[in-house]
Amino acid sequence: MNNRLFTKETQAIFWNNNKKAIQRMLDYDYVIKRETPSVAAIVAPTSSSKFDKFFWGKDEIMVPIYKSTAEAKKAHPNVDTLLNFASFRTAYDVTMEALEIGGFRVMMITAEGIPERLARKMNVEARKAGVTVIGPATVGAITPGAFKIANVGGTISNIIKSKLHRCGSCGLVTRSGGLFNELANVISINADGIAEGVAIGGDRFVGSTFIDNMLRMEKNPDVKYMVLLGEVGGREEYKIIDAIKEGKITKPVIAWCIGTIAKHYSSGVQFGHAGASANADSETAAAKNKAMAEAGMFVPKTFNELPQTINQVYNELKEKGIIKEIEEPEIATIPVNRRPKQFVCTISDDRGEEATYAGYPISSVATPDTGKGIGDVISLLWFKKVYPKWATDFIETVLKTVADHGPAVSGAHNAKVTARAGKSVVESLVTGLLTIGPRFGGAIDGAAEYFKYADDNNLTPAEFLSYMKKKGVPIPGIGHRIKSLKNPDKRVEGLKKYAKEYFPSTSLLNYALEVEQLTTSKKENLILNVDGTIGILMVDMWRALGYSEKEINEFISSGTLNSFFIVGRSIGFIGHILDEKRLAMPMYRHPMDDILYDVQIAEEI
Amino acid sequence: MAQKAIREYDAKALMSKHWENYFSGFHYGFKSVLVTSGEELLKKAEEYGFEWLKKEPLAAKPDMLFGKRGKNGLVLFKKDKPGDVTLEDAAKWIDEKRSHTTTLLSGENGTLTHFIVEPFTPHSDDQEYYISATVVDEDDVLYMSTQGGVEIEDGWDEKVIEVRIPIDMCEASIEKEIRANVPEDLPEESKKNFGSFAIDFFKFYRDLNFAYLEINPLVMLENNQIAILDTVAKLDDTAGFMMKDKWGDIEYPTPFGMDDMSPAEKAIAEADSKTGASLKLTVLNPMGRVWTMVAGGGASVVYADTIADYAEETGGSIKDLANYGEYSGGPTTGETKFYAETLFDLMTRHKDPQGRDKILIIGGAIANFTDVAKTFTGIIQALEEYADKLKEHNTRIYVRRGGPNYEVGLKNIEDAAKRLGLYMEVYGPETHVTDIVRMALEK
Repeated sequence: MNNRLFTKETQAIFWNNNKKAIQRMLDYDYVIKRETPSVAAIVAPTSSSKFDKFFWGKDEIMVPIYKSTAEAKKAHPNVDTLLNFASFRTAYDVTMEALEIGGFRVMMITAEGIPERLARKMNVEARKAGVTVIGPATVGAITPGAFKIANVGGTISNIIKSKLHRCGSCGLVTRSGGLFNELANVISINADGIAEGVAIGGDRFVGSTFIDNMLRMEKNPDVKYMVLLGEVGGREEYKIIDAIKEGKITKPVIAWCIGTIAKHYSSGVQFGHAGASANADSETAAAKNKAMAEAGMFVPKTFNELPQTINQVYNELKEKGIIKEIEEPEIATIPVNRRPKQFVCTISDDRGEEATYAGYPISSVATPDTGKGIGDVISLLWFKKVYPKWATDFIETVLKTVADHGPAVSGAHNAKVTARAGKSVVESLVTGLLTIGPRFGGAIDGAAEYFKYADDNNLTPAEFLSYMKKKGVPIPGIGHRIKSLKNPDKRVEGLKKYAKEYFPSTSLLNYALEVEQLTTSKKENLILNVDGTIGILMVDMWRALGYSEKEINEFISSGTLNSFFIVGRSIGFIGHILDEKRLAMPMYRHPMDDILYDVQIAEEI
Repeated sequence: MAQKAIREYDAKALMSKHWENYFSGFHYGFKSVLVTSGEELLKKAEEYGFEWLKKEPLAAKPDMLFGKRGKNGLVLFKKDKPGDVTLEDAAKWIDEKRSHTTTLLSGENGTLTHFIVEPFTPHSDDQEYYISATVVDEDDVLYMSTQGGVEIEDGWDEKVIEVRIPIDMCEASIEKEIRANVPEDLPEESKKNFGSFAIDFFKFYRDLNFAYLEINPLVMLENNQIAILDTVAKLDDTAGFMMKDKWGDIEYPTPFGMDDMSPAEKAIAEADSKTGASLKLTVLNPMGRVWTMVAGGGASVVYADTIADYAEETGGSIKDLANYGEYSGGPTTGETKFYAETLFDLMTRHKDPQGRDKILIIGGAIANFTDVAKTFTGIIQALEEYADKLKEHNTRIYVRRGGPNYEVGLKNIEDAAKRLGLYMEVYGPETHVTDIVRMALEK
């Protein structure tokens, strides 16, 4: 890092989905031609979205949203900066949690009015952990040309006018956020802009103080001189004086303390921030300005004359050759009219030479010589991953296994009746598919869900049975009309055999078989049926592929398992429909003698 | 401001409310009443639980945040000899004190309105202790002394022991550290007692988010009886959201001698409490010549600084500065209009005694995210209402601002001034933030 606060590679986690501020950061990134967005992830505990869209130039990019800092940090381990935009009520907890998680180098806290005791604790713990805290009660910090926090610098046009889009030679520290901007402007007019700037924050207790930031700037080769804007109250400026006396700060420092007005009023009037109140004569602005001048800092006569002082120091350094001419970099421009996109697609792309499935050209998976099958296509389009052969073979086995189960099941029956009413293939197919749900095909979902629940919670088979009994739900995936352990279902045997041979592990299947031992001891036909086997093996497959339990739970709840049944069974439904068309069967009418008529005269009420 | 002073009565009430949780080894009667008149005191004495007011000798003093009441002759504890003050005496004394203005030795002047009345507690000097706690740098500091009393500040360094307690110190170390530092000049038994009380006191101060808490003198009587003769307390009001139950409804009185807020200031304070933006206004001199409407906390200070600098340089004085205040944090057009109207009303009430022009500074730094055009719309609407009055006072207006949409904002206000016939000079970010003060005062 070379003692720079941020680099062009720095990425942050932004706590709270503050859309405007994040967009300002990404606009800045685009203008200075960063390769990666400076916000890698957003934490928003109450958000139900998994990402938010932001403009990147004229295009849009997606920034992922997480429910907790821990999740975000785990998914983005290289992020070392936390932008804590939580309110004064929660900012402390967010900071302490992030310190516990570790791996952060810089934390910025924007909330104003965090209880003082909590702010002190937070700052001490951060210091112990070697974390640089900027704030609380700050607009942030900036390393021009590399990284800017949220709203600091204001609009893009102001940023460019104030030369905050590229590295200058001044190190700027202020308390106030509003005057930070102002001074960046002054420095751009009277010198060549800033190399790094920090608004340390207006509360009484802030994490990194003037001295912390200025000692780093002393070692930062980009910084040639510093501007310090202090305030009435506190003794922070004296630490700079000591550092200069001890030779720890050798670069020229231009300094001014605001709040000279306070000397005219005995007490009671609070000028400026909470941190700004003199408890002793030495803490007044006038005393500090005098002491800083005596220590060799450049102190103007009044605040109004600060620009001239900056100009004078800058010119001297330039004459000495310490500051060189800056070559103005090329910048990208943000288009005036930008329109957000209505739809997002993350699985396929038809804009190039050849359409792709998750980045793979169709021709690379279509023909037999590619060695790829429909299982591979599903892994690309459904999961955006290239699954190993044992897994894609398993997917195909499932599709083939569930393709049909005769004409009598509800879906096939519906499809046949519709086809006989003269409707098209698609209409007939849809009526068949509409019966798929909790009672038809749903056992795959149910088995995966409940067996996984039992396994995750370490329930013994007996405990699992009593749990389901209490819920009043028959165990999904258990039981068959006629099959038993002695007269096993061949489809189930096939699936089990394949899994035992090719799956790296089958932990959930093993558990389900233990459950089956118990259920069949009660009743012979309470075996693990084909739906149950498929649901359970899908979980085993995903576990072996390295998905987290949370991701697998999401697959189950979003209906992914059902999707395998829908695709497979569509093959059978279409077969039945084509069969009806081929046979030119007439309109179906249900025989009346197959219906129990029991109609009473309606009561008048 | 995060640290706010509370009344002595309220501090004692808080201690009493939480006594069992913190000071369970000691006994405290909490016999105190807070009254605003003699009549109220007499009425209080008729209430159940306050019979002691009629039975015991009393002590009375104002409870209005200022100290050194003894030296100011504002503590009633004797007529002829200590401990002979009756209920009627106290009521009469209170009514006499509140019937005229009082000037303290330190110069503050005002009318006494709140009084605390308690039993007179006879005790000997060697039962008087001193204890207080506050924050120094980033640490808590506990101060203890066996020589409590009003003279504590004389010879402070010799009398008082300081215990620094870092924020991350564990409970056991805090107790050890305090015990190890209890003043030596005490018999073993008293030393143990005072140590226990000091530990309890520190935890109470810490857990209830006091910024400052002092008992002086603390009287330690027989059988672990405690009398709290005087306390000074400040709360960290930013902790208010966590302390709702523990503090209850606490009042933050205005310091004695500072006039209660004017209706205009009150109205702005009220508007401030209802918005996420910040609206602050303090009138420094209602007759003043230079009025400021400045955006931003930091900017408002440098404008005030610069006005003071140039007022003196150009033959005026600090008295020319009429107000201090700021608006920031993105106030709505309506809120800005209300703020501006309040200000314009105040500045057009009195002619300048020397017949000079009035000056209005509409200033601000380069905003980070406040929409300048939007806030200026509010100011323009207020200018429309007050144009004639402002002209009557020969008001010269100086505008300087930058930030989102500032070009539009500046153009609109310049056009409005032309239309309304107001004298106005308008500047943007290319002009130094406070340079309009120089221009206005040098002219």
